[in-house]
Amino acid sequence: MNQRIEFVLNSEKRSVEPRANQTLLEMLRDTLGVKSPKCGCDRGDCGSCTVMIDGRAVRSCLVLAVEVDGHEVKTLEGLMPGGKFSALQKSFLAHNSFQCGFCTPGVIVAVSELLEKNPHPDRNEIKEALSGNLCRCTGYTPIIEAVVAHAGREE
Amino acid sequence: MPIINEFAYVKPATVAQALKWLARYKKPAILAGGTDLLNSLKDGSIKPDAVIDIKGLDTLHKISFAGKRLYVGALVTFSELIEAEAVRRLFPVLAETARTIGSPGIRNRATMVGNICSAVPCLDSGPLLLAYDAVVTTVGRGGKREIPIVKWFRGPKKTSLKSGEIVSGVIIPLPEGKHAGCFIKLGRYAGEDLAQASVLAMALEGNRFRVAFGSVAPVPFRAKGIEKLLNGKQLDARLFAEAKKLVAAAIAPITDLRATKEYRAHMCRVMLERSLKAALGRLAGGGPAYGERLL
Ligand SMILES: Cc1cc2nc3c(=O)[nH]c(=O)nc-3n(C[C@@H](O)[C@@H](O)[C@H](O)COP(=O)(O)OP(=O)(O)OC[C@H]3O[C@@H](n4cnc5c(N)ncnc54)[C@H](O)[C@@H]3O)c2cc1C
Ligand code: FES
Ligand code: FES
Repeated sequence: MNQRIEFVLNSEKRSVEPRANQTLLEMLRDTLGVKSPKCGCDRGDCGSCTVMIDGRAVRSCLVLAVEVDGHEVKTLEGLMPGGKFSALQKSFLAHNSFQCGFCTPGVIVAVSELLEKNPHPDRNEIKEALSGNLCRCTGYTPIIEAVVAHAGREE
Repeated sequence: MPIINEFAYVKPATVAQALKWLARYKKPAILAGGTDLLNSLKDGSIKPDAVIDIKGLDTLHKISFAGKRLYVGALVTFSELIEAEAVRRLFPVLAETARTIGSPGIRNRATMVGNICSAVPCLDSGPLLLAYDAVVTTVGRGGKREIPIVKWFRGPKKTSLKSGEIVSGVIIPLPEGKHAGCFIKLGRYAGEDLAQASVLAMALEGNRFRVAFGSVAPVPFRAKGIEKLLNGKQLDARLFAEAKKLVAAAIAPITDLRATKEYRAHMCRVMLERSLKAALGRLAGGGPAYGERLL
C-alpha cells in the first residue's frame, strides 16, 4: 500500500510514494539514491544509518518512510555546504578518523547534532554523543581526536 | 532485514479518531517512536494489518508539572525528558535513568510510554516508575483508566493494557518531603547495552527507603522486604549486610547470553549498597553527581 508523502530532504522539497512497510533508510538509498546512510545492522544497534529528522539524529532503519511526511530530513550530503567538505570532515581527514569509512557518515551526523546544541563539547560529551555509533576499524580514538580538535578550534 | 508483511499506515489527528481506527482493524499495532516496533515488524514477531502512528496526537506530546505530579505524555521521548526543566530540577534520577537508555539516536525517538508498553524484563523505566509509585493513564472506548504501575507489568511483554486502548501518559507523583534517588544499571559496556541487572534506590526524609530491581525477575518489582528492614533506621555496615542477605530471596534471575544468574545475584548485592549510599549522600546534598558511573 503506497501513500504520497512530502518532506524536505537536504533543503530540497521531495514528493515520494513509499510502500507503507518501507523504512526511511530503504527509501533514501533505494528510491532516492542518497547513499551516505549505510545499512550496518538494520536493527538500531550500529548507528551507520543515522540521519537527522527535524534536527535530531535518529536511526533511519527504525523509521518508516511514511513517518517523515511533513518533516525535514538531513543526511551527510545535507551537511556539506555546496557539496564541499565541511570543517568537521576536514578534521576527520586530518586525523585519519576512518579506514573503511562505513561508519563515518553516521558518526558525522551524530556529532553534528551535538555540535549544533553545544559547539564546544568536552571529551565525555563527545563520547556520549557517539555511544551508539559502532566503528570496527579505528578503535574510536582518531574519531574522538578529530572531534576534540574541531570542537576546540578558534572561531 | 526488510519488512515482509504488508499493512495499512494511518496517522490519526485526534485520540477519538485513533480509537476508531484501533477498533476498525483486526490486528492493529500502535506506533510511537518505533524503536521496538520496527524491529518486531522486521523479525515478523508482530504482523499487524494496520500500523497506527500516534505521533499526530499532539495532546499526548506534553510534559508538565502541576499539583506535585509530573505528567509525562505518551509521545515524550527520553531526550525530551532529559532536557525538561522540571525533570532536571525535581526528578534528577529520572534524567539519570533516561540517560542510560540506548544512545542519543535511540533516545531522540524512543518514548518512556513505549518502553513500558513493550514491557521486556530489562526495561530501564520499570524500577524508576515503581519507586515513584507512578500511575499509567489509558484511554479507550470504554473511557479512561488509571493503573498503578505495580499492576501494570503482568509478565515479560505482558501489561494490563486492554485491546482498543491507548496509553495516554504516566503520572509521577513527587514524594512528600525531600527525596533523592540513584539508578545503577549493570551492562557489558558503556553505551547502548541492555541491563543485566538494575537497581533504583530512593532515600526519603525520615530514613524511609524505596528499592526496586529490574532485569532479575520476569517483571521489575519493589523489594518490599528490604524496604521494611531499612525503614526508620540509620543505615550502617551491619544493616547493609542484613539487607544484602535479603536480596537472594527477593530476586529470581535467570542465566542467559548476557549474564549468569549467579553473577546477576552477586551484582545486585553490590549495586544495592552502592545505590543506597549514593541516594543517601545525594539526600544530604552531597554524594556522587547524577550520571556518574558507580560500577
Ligand atoms: C539499539 C537499541 C538500544 C536500546 N537500549 C535500551 C536500553 O538501554 N534500555 C531500555 O529500557 N530500552 C532500550 N531499548 C528499547 C527502547 O528503545 C524501547 O523500549 C522504547 O522505549 C520504546 O518506545 P518507542 O516510542 O520507540 O515505542 P514503539 O517501538 O513505537 O512501540 C513499542 C511498543 O509499545 C506499543 N506502544 C507504544 N506507545 C503506545 C501507547 N501510547 N499506547 C499503547 N501502546 C503503545 C507499540 O504498539 C509497541 O508494541 C533499545 C532499543 C534499541 C533499538
Ligand atoms: S543500520 Fe540502522 S542502526 Fe545499524
Ligand atoms: S572506519 Fe570502518 S567502521 Fe569505522
